[in-house]
Amino acid sequence: MHAQAPALRDPRLNRPEPFTPPLGDGGFFQRDRSMHPPAHAPGYKSSVLRSPRQALLSLETSVSEITGPVFGHNDLGPLDNDLIRNYAKDGDPVGERIIVHGRVLDETGRGVPDTLVEFWQANAGGRYRHKKDTYLAPIDPNFGGCGRALTDDTGYYYFRTVKPGPYPWRNYVNSWRPAHIHFSVFGSGFAQRLITQMYFEGDPLIPVCPILTTIPDKDALERLVAPLDLNASTPFDSLAYRFDIVLRGRRSTYFENRTAGN
Amino acid sequence: MPQPLNYLKETASQTAGPYVHIGLIPAMAGFDIFEKNFSNVLVTPNTQGERITLEGKVIDGSGTPLRDVLLEIWQANAAGRYNHPADRSTGPLDEEFRGWGRAGSDFESGLVTFETIKPGAIIDKTGRKGAPHINVWIVARGINIGLNTRLYFSDEEAANAADPVLSLIEQPMRRSTLIAKRSERAGKIVYAFTINLQGPEETVFFDV
Ligand SMILES: [Fe+2]
Repeated sequence: MHAQAPALRDPRLNRPEPFTPPLGDGGFFQRDRSMHPPAHAPGYKSSVLRSPRQALLSLETSVSEITGPVFGHNDLGPLDNDLIRNYAKDGDPVGERIIVHGRVLDETGRGVPDTLVEFWQANAGGRYRHKKDTYLAPIDPNFGGCGRALTDDTGYYYFRTVKPGPYPWRNYVNSWRPAHIHFSVFGSGFAQRLITQMYFEGDPLIPVCPILTTIPDKDALERLVAPLDLNASTPFDSLAYRFDIVLRGRRSTYFENRTAGN
Repeated sequence: MPQPLNYLKETASQTAGPYVHIGLIPAMAGFDIFEKNFSNVLVTPNTQGERITLEGKVIDGSGTPLRDVLLEIWQANAAGRYNHPADRSTGPLDEEFRGWGRAGSDFESGLVTFETIKPGAIIDKTGRKGAPHINVWIVARGINIGLNTRLYFSDEEAANAADPVLSLIEQPMRRSTLIAKRSERAGKIVYAFTINLQGPEETVFFDV
């Protein structure tokens, strides 16, 4: 160790400490609700009786919201991100083989590492393996329709599946869901918790879907549509779609500044 | 034109839909797929703290219980510490308590239950003490973006009266929508709650 020269100090200021940037408290950026569907969206009829009518009470994020459950590889099994194999009984499931991959980021563009991503979907015929689904398309004996992954240290995740089919549902008499995969993401704090759906580029049902069109912002809607990513496909095996998910951003914390800079 | 700020935008929420169980609680959808499953039981035999059962329903605007709703809870341990590095309070961590669980409502009755422990009082980053509470997140068909609320405890009157979040609620009668009621049943401590999505007793939901 060698002695350090004392910090230069502006003689006009009687200030013992040099200026340091204000440190964030680790709280989340205020949620921009214009990017989300409103709770009450009459075109999606189920929302009418299930939407709060009072104003939400705005809270600064406290320790209860900047924290959230921590998951690890111990929570997962080796086939959890392979929907082609994780329920296969006597062969592969029917359908277009696809890879879905992308990054979980926050609004500052940083990857969200080690976060749990869960996904579920109908089979290639648009039928869910669920005791309440009565659509006439058949169950696929080799397809469960769910999986999960933990992002790596850059926020990247991937899984393999078959492309889900569109299906009819009771809203108007002839309402059909575009092909979609449901996603559940945690982030690092409970206030980032998000459930959404991923759609597929070029699906003609997208502009007429009563659920998708609850999103008032056109760009926000289009960000749910995954493009075909030919570069990530596996030749003679699987096509690929790219789906990035953005969670709420966080003000930096003392902890982060101290260890990693900002 | 000034420089662009280049923040990304949060991904839009979409309803969890009627088949949310497939992905999050496959046993309720009627099949078994994962080696390890998440559940509504937050405790192990070695978890510290008073064992409690949370039991309640989510009610729609017609007075009908939701029978396809999914709740997640997130809470501190018996010492008031969250099992997460961003909680820098000094209470002890409990390695036998993650503090998180999820439950689907019963398909017939709509009843939701959790087996957990009563959390301790929370010390916030400012050093302020908050009343013990459990954070709740609600998704279902017809819910376009997850709803955030909290459950406080009916036997914590003094702490509740001083709680900074409860104090933000202007109308005293609305505060009571967040209080779970303690009772004892066959030697077990049960806290009962009702979450009303609409109506004169609409639960207080937070924009956190
Ligand atoms: Fe769906």
